[in-house]
Amino acid sequence: MVNKEKASLDEAVADIPDGATIHVGGFGGVGIPVDLCDALYRQGAKDLTIVNNGVASGKIGLASLIGGGRVRKIICSFPRTPNPEVFEKKYRAGEIELELVPQGTLAERIRAAGAGIGAFYTPTSVGTPLAEGKETRVLQGREMVLEHPLHADFALVKADKADRWGNLTYRKSARNFGPIMCMAAKTAIVQVREIVPLGALDPETIATPSIFVGRIVSVPNPTKEM
Amino acid sequence: MPENGPKNVLGKLTRRQIAWRIVQDIKEGAYVNLGIGQPELVADLLPAEREVILHSENGILGLGPKPAPEDADEDLINAGKKHATLVTGGAFFHHADSFAMVRGGHLDVCVLGAFQVAANGDLANWTTGGNDLLPAVGGAMDLAAGSKKVFAMMDHNSKDGSPKIVERCTYPLTGRACVTTIYTDIAVIDIKPDGCVVREKFADMSLDALQARTGARLTLANDWRPFAIPDVG
Repeated sequence: MVNKEKASLDEAVADIPDGATIHVGGFGGVGIPVDLCDALYRQGAKDLTIVNNGVASGKIGLASLIGGGRVRKIICSFPRTPNPEVFEKKYRAGEIELELVPQGTLAERIRAAGAGIGAFYTPTSVGTPLAEGKETRVLQGREMVLEHPLHADFALVKADKADRWGNLTYRKSARNFGPIMCMAAKTAIVQVREIVPLGALDPETIATPSIFVGRIVSVPNPTKEM
Repeated sequence: MPENGPKNVLGKLTRRQIAWRIVQDIKEGAYVNLGIGQPELVADLLPAEREVILHSENGILGLGPKPAPEDADEDLINAGKKHATLVTGGAFFHHADSFAMVRGGHLDVCVLGAFQVAANGDLANWTTGGNDLLPAVGGAMDLAAGSKKVFAMMDHNSKDGSPKIVERCTYPLTGRACVTTIYTDIAVIDIKPDGCVVREKFADMSLDALQARTGARLTLANDWRPFAIPDVG
């Protein structure tokens, strides 16, 4: 019987090694897997590369990993989140590397990794500092920039419901990066509010099919970042 | 040529009046993204009877107004990270689909704030290159590259009086030749192949006076009109 449920958050993240690249879902505090990030903090992995839209607000979750010196590099579009003090201190001290990526390019690089695309050309960022040093080519009469996929060893994602196979539904704008990060990671670890019996999810509403999900863990009352 | 438009006691439009003016150029059925900050005022001034579908980068079409505090849903925010609502007919989707809409040319209009706009439509709105703020780009470059029309909403001049409409941007670019129209507190200016064309201004401000506050060469459209903008606060 297939059952991807893990008994605890700590068990779900136990094998994440030092140096891993990790996609962390969420946008503006919504859909951010704070409890999985806290479990990873307890686990102790370091020298991590984190991919997230921002850099985390406040002091818990992703911010605790950054503040605790566990993150070597962050790849994101908007590090100026509300209350980014934990990141800003590390960044100003030169203790964390930042790769700034336009939000749509970030999403497409993640999607491309999950979809097996080698690289792609996009018109976004042409003529800007974020295109410097990148290959360009004129396609359909327009200059485009070559961008590469963003693969991950693990994804930490928050969803609403799952079944034991790992099919997922999300709530409202909490879907954001979840589906594409699950696709792009070798192992997607998902915290959900509720695990329901197989067959209880309407197949028409499953936003992430189980093939993209490695582990699920039930967190009925998730911790909020903001 | 029109001679007498209404006089404005302030000598400039309020931000809500600029937003009202932008609304006049958004048609029913348009799919529109409003940037964070000033452009959000555009949503407040859309007439209730006009169906305009608002897009939000974080996976929403049919973004509605701010909820009453007791109706706020912890899983429903806008791109500015504030609590939001969904209108009837709205939809949720993931981030790659959201930016397929943006980059794929499906949005009719985006309204963005601007530090500088150049005569060829170059836009600078994400960083002044200084070190005081963390660098942050968000979705601005995608919106600039992908929207059918890019409206820049801004004051005509910086706080120190320097022009924000320039021959060439000195700040790092957000996008190249992307702005289609500039809406400022004293003019509406279209970016045409031959440069900046004034479509609307105060009747009692001469083109020379407007030019003196502008860093790029202006021409006056043959069919230019004086502002006729109601008091919307």
